[in-house]
Amino acid sequence: MTLFGISSQALFGQLLLGLINGSFYAVLSLGLAVIFGLLNIINFSHGALYMIGAFVALLGLEHLGMNYWAALVAAPVVVGLLGVLIERTMLKHLYKLDHLYGLLLTFGLALIAEGVFRYYFGVSGSSYAPPEELQGGVDLGFMFMPLYRGWVVLASLAVCLATWYVIERTPLGATLRAATERPLLVQALGINVPVLVTATYGVGVALAAFAGVLAAPVIQVNPVMGSNLIIVVFAVVVIGGMGSIAGSIVTGLGLGLVEGLTKVVYPEASAVVIFVIMIVVLLFRPAGLFGKQA
Amino acid sequence: MNLPGTPSAASRRIRTPAQRHMAGWTIAIVLALAAPWVIYPTFLMKVLCFALFACAFNLLLGYAGLLSFGHAAFFGGSAYVCAGLAKYVGLTPELAILAGTAVAAALGGLFGWLSIRRSGIYLTMITLALAQLVFFVALQLPFTGGEDGLQGVPRGRLLGFIDLGDNHAMYYFVLAVFALGFWLIRRTVHSPYGQILKAIRENEPRAISLGYDVNRYKLLAFVLSAALAGTAGALKALVFQLASLTDVHWHMSGEVVLMTLLGGLGTLVGPAAGALVIVALENELADKVGPWVTVIMGSIFVACVLAFRRGLVGELLALRGRTDIDPS
Repeated sequence: MTLFGISSQALFGQLLLGLINGSFYAVLSLGLAVIFGLLNIINFSHGALYMIGAFVALLGLEHLGMNYWAALVAAPVVVGLLGVLIERTMLKHLYKLDHLYGLLLTFGLALIAEGVFRYYFGVSGSSYAPPEELQGGVDLGFMFMPLYRGWVVLASLAVCLATWYVIERTPLGATLRAATERPLLVQALGINVPVLVTATYGVGVALAAFAGVLAAPVIQVNPVMGSNLIIVVFAVVVIGGMGSIAGSIVTGLGLGLVEGLTKVVYPEASAVVIFVIMIVVLLFRPAGLFGKQA
Repeated sequence: MNLPGTPSAASRRIRTPAQRHMAGWTIAIVLALAAPWVIYPTFLMKVLCFALFACAFNLLLGYAGLLSFGHAAFFGGSAYVCAGLAKYVGLTPELAILAGTAVAAALGGLFGWLSIRRSGIYLTMITLALAQLVFFVALQLPFTGGEDGLQGVPRGRLLGFIDLGDNHAMYYFVLAVFALGFWLIRRTVHSPYGQILKAIRENEPRAISLGYDVNRYKLLAFVLSAALAGTAGALKALVFQLASLTDVHWHMSGEVVLMTLLGGLGTLVGPAAGALVIVALENELADKVGPWVTVIMGSIFVACVLAFRRGLVGELLALRGRTDIDPS
């Protein structure tokens, strides 16, 4: 079967890959948005923490025999604790300063993480096998779908929806949103905002680590996987705006699909298509698709 | 007891700030002129290129308060243009540099036009994404040599008769361009235009309410900063006879931020001092510690942000008890 002269297998294969990338964009931009909402900091080390998540899975398997499912729990916990440490020792000193300092600090941390991992593991990647349960695939008629890829999309969607639910539909989320709008007032009502802030950062970066573990079997685990991704995620955030949780999810997935489609139609442009879309959005809707007009 | 005017070392006191100032510049100029006879000229030229790059960057961050994470696009883009024109078209060095600068200025106008639609951290993310776009273009254009870069760029003859192949001649040329660029930045900062930039940095709504077309001022700052960053990149391409992907990579954007931050945001000489320290560190450390250089750079970033936000020059000025961190 062919569509526009492209075999449906190639087309849907690329679209699925695009959807997978889109899932990562969604999970990462969601984490960035949650952190930015409460801490007013753009977490440049988000990509590095995603990379560390993947390495926790890889090293856990090599040295501790930790299987994939355990890694899916362990990596977010480890990285989340690392995040708590970063927030408690460094970021909390910056809240009264210009936003730019938070960005610069987390950029420095990203450089440190990347350098350390490059020293120990070089720049070439290592591969991580998907778990046995998810090896192989199913024939859907129009395409052959590897099980693991389907799982990545489902798991990411589930995490995104769960985050959306917690923030928009639970009392905890309501407190969080209130603290985003009026931290001082919320504190005056007896809620421990600093703890909330620390926990938010921890959970935000744990999401990045979760994405890192999901990504490990799809791409090569290497020290620069995070920095390559984070720049695209920044463009995604500019396109979507950080005002809306649902907006981050939709924008991330949508842009992943567009990128996948570009790979089929005009492969040369696939690396830049998201940046080009960003330019177009800036021209016609400067505040972003889901952003509040400043 | 000394009589006034006695030229003994102990008694010769420089009284007014203006005199101290003159003395400082005189020493700096003499040192700069003598340096290539003592220190390896290529190293000095690298320092000067990055010093100009950092000073240009600081015009935007230190004075207009706009953090661009895309300055590698101007630096590297101009390096490619200059290198390509010198190598394939045979332009003389001064014309190749001017062409590179013009392209960087145009890029700066484009980046500025797009990014000042948003402010704060969004602006930073936009410039980073745009620079990444330039990186991919540089990777794929036919004349850039892909991963290898443009190698063996001829330095050529300045104005058609001064052979820049000689390292000392090249050094004095680089020094002259740096001095010109630095003077231009200093002029800009002290002009009424520079004052308005600072006003926008301090309180943008107020500047708007005073009737200033804030976006026009920001855009001009972008173009100026990008043009001078481009001059620095073009010079660098001639000095090393190479334009490569390193020049347009986002690491380069990070490095210039680091130099400026380390030297002192919003001080005139700070970024140049920061460039000197970082280039010297890289030179010393690159063969000895390999990938740890990145770790060290990252640590300096963290240390600067947490403990040392005024930077080297800023701290010095603060020690001297000056409230106005603006040495001129």
